[in-house]
Amino acid sequence: MTNEQTPTPPGFSTTSIHAGEQREKPSHSITDPIVCASTYTFRDTQSVIDYIEQKQDRGEYGRYGNPNEWVVEKKIAALEQGEEAVVYSSGMASMVGLLMTLLNSGDEIIFFDECYHRSREFCNSHLARFGVRTRQVKTGDYAAMEAAINEKTKLLVSESPTNPHMSIVDLDRFATIGKRHGIPTLIDATLATPFNVRPLNHGVDLVMHSATKYMGGHNDLLAGAIVGSKNLLEPIRNLRGIMGAINSPHNLYLLERGLKTFELRMQRHNENGLAVARFLENHPRVEKVLYPGLESHPYHEIATETMSGFGGLVTFYVKDADWKETAAVVDATKIARIAPSLGGSETLIEQPLVMSYFQCTPEQRQSFGITDNMIRIACGLENTSDLVTDLDQALSSSSVTPSVSESAIK
Amino acid sequence: MKFRTRSIHVGNQRDLQTGAVVPPLYATSTFVQPAAGEFGEFDYSRTGNPTRKNLETTIASLESGTGALAFASGMAATHGAMMLLRSGDHVIAGTDIYGGTYRLLHKVCDQSGVTVSLADTTAIASLEKSLQPATKMIWLESPGNPLLSITDIQKCCQWAKSKNLLVAVDNTLATPVLTRPLELGADIVQHSATKYLGGHSDALGGLLVVRDSELLQRLHFLQNATGAVMSPWDAFLISRGIKTLELRMRQHCQNAAILAEFLDQHPRVQRVYYPGLDTHPQRSVAGQQMQGGFGGMLSFEVKGGFSQAKQVVDSTELFQLAVSLGAVESLIEHPASMSHASYDREDRLKYGINDSLIRLSVGIENIEDQQHDLSQALNR
Repeated sequence: MTNEQTPTPPGFSTTSIHAGEQREKPSHSITDPIVCASTYTFRDTQSVIDYIEQKQDRGEYGRYGNPNEWVVEKKIAALEQGEEAVVYSSGMASMVGLLMTLLNSGDEIIFFDECYHRSREFCNSHLARFGVRTRQVKTGDYAAMEAAINEKTKLLVSESPTNPHMSIVDLDRFATIGKRHGIPTLIDATLATPFNVRPLNHGVDLVMHSATKYMGGHNDLLAGAIVGSKNLLEPIRNLRGIMGAINSPHNLYLLERGLKTFELRMQRHNENGLAVARFLENHPRVEKVLYPGLESHPYHEIATETMSGFGGLVTFYVKDADWKETAAVVDATKIARIAPSLGGSETLIEQPLVMSYFQCTPEQRQSFGITDNMIRIACGLENTSDLVTDLDQALSSSSVTPSVSESAIK
Repeated sequence: MKFRTRSIHVGNQRDLQTGAVVPPLYATSTFVQPAAGEFGEFDYSRTGNPTRKNLETTIASLESGTGALAFASGMAATHGAMMLLRSGDHVIAGTDIYGGTYRLLHKVCDQSGVTVSLADTTAIASLEKSLQPATKMIWLESPGNPLLSITDIQKCCQWAKSKNLLVAVDNTLATPVLTRPLELGADIVQHSATKYLGGHSDALGGLLVVRDSELLQRLHFLQNATGAVMSPWDAFLISRGIKTLELRMRQHCQNAAILAEFLDQHPRVQRVYYPGLDTHPQRSVAGQQMQGGFGGMLSFEVKGGFSQAKQVVDSTELFQLAVSLGAVESLIEHPASMSHASYDREDRLKYGINDSLIRLSVGIENIEDQQHDLSQALNR
């Protein structure tokens, strides 16, 4: 806000509704127009030269950015309390864009091992082709991470919370390791969101989001974002302009619109996540629940110290169930819909074994901590009692017959 | 399923063809038919469109109706309902109604020979006095606009039934989160879906919801014949908005209640109109009829006249000067010169819309930021 009399920064919803937007917009509309332009025109040759000499801040060609993106980038940067943000066409596009910018052949990166399987796949199968080595250390083992650092190490990476194990990284400790060795740190904070934690304030250098999830919030768009200092982001933005993973103005408008209810939605996701986790923990058919808000969670202490809420994602293990009996629970839900992704208004449910790790060998799955009886539920915005009732009936009604036939699972 | 679950799921079935969790947006004018003389579920988008139908299904569930129709704007929906009337028919409309509805009744419907009397719908005696042999319909808003009067909908419907009148309620300000007029005996609920239902100031739309399926068919006939249907793009955005309707309404109510108390205590404020204040004349009806809150709209008179009111509406920095209401961002406006300028001046003054009146649409920003802004504007 421009109000000079306001001593304190604006509240979260005020920021998410107004930050990054011009107070007076073209045609005086209350909302930002969707600018569907592939290119931007110049008045004359001098204005082209002024743009090239960076005397003018404006659009040139759609692949380098568009007005809808600028608004969203400023909003996300303000919410994360970072200097700048760069938005991409998807979460993976932002991860790839960042890694391709920061790493050269011969470099190494270190990952905490619980991470999104496509991030892992990109590093192991593709970065490796360009001579970049990825070292993985056990999540939360800070000594192992530090021990893995050598002169080739260029980036330390983790998710927090991790997916689907919901492990929480001690962000201060993680950032300190990076600072001690002069290596940038990156946190994928998709599951936390700036409503629950702001990694930059803990000294982390870069924050990444799949904005497809809580930021968009309605399961109807794809987007990714990286937040950090202007210096770090400048080459990242430049490479994005070359690689072209820019988002569309239509999508960006939906993302901007989604951000306006960010706080209300996150409050509800946090509430639903905690209530569902508590319910599951007390259910006789549930062996274990992974949710940082539960006292039983291994990272509960650091989670409560650093986070104001724990989101809508809950992972649980069905007691004494094989993968088919587990699938029967998933299939018996009526409100939750079977789909990958998370963070939208609709509750989604999936069995990681089937949804993301079906092609893996049992040994691989074991190494990733994916068990046959694991279910991940991404609580949406529905009434808490409806979600609890739905899970209750699914756990009760599915106990007898498996819902899937013979299959070529490894 | 409870309200919020229905607002997310009813009418939003997953796409059977692709499994898409959000139903696709059907930007199509026409639909290919199976054979000559055979019609599929949809044939032409003026008659029906899947994206529009999804929204209609959702709102019918939320308003406890049997069906709904989506129009191009709130006024198109109001006009849709008015087309039920014939030349010679008479309507009783509330005195605290949207300026556009006043204009439609007095300056458009009159051309078709439909006459209108304005009556205070909060008092049955006033309705009795306006009743004519030709009276066919009552049109009311609760909360009213801009004075936030509360009509006892159930009582009004009971009286209207005894006179064989249709009752139509503009439920734009309450939304089905707070009040569901069909459950209280109303025949038609009208919405400007542009407001709270859409909730983001980025779509125009109107809705009619009814209990009786014959009435629905009649209204659908009129809509199809006259063509003021909602665009699928707007239907998509409004459906998306409805998924957070309850969350937003609770926050609107919470913030507005705090601001109403704040303004009520402010030395530069003459009077505050908010159904949640103890001083509101229909406070107890509001308490029974509105569930869990008194809405996000409030009006107040500043001490002085037009220039004092103008000074305030020109001085806010967070509250933006614009007509419309019901969205995430806070708006401020001056009814006499803006939302209710289409009233005749005498009627405006007669019904209490004076020049010092200011109307707020309280958004969902942080309450301290909102209060600070009003405070600095009033203290200038």
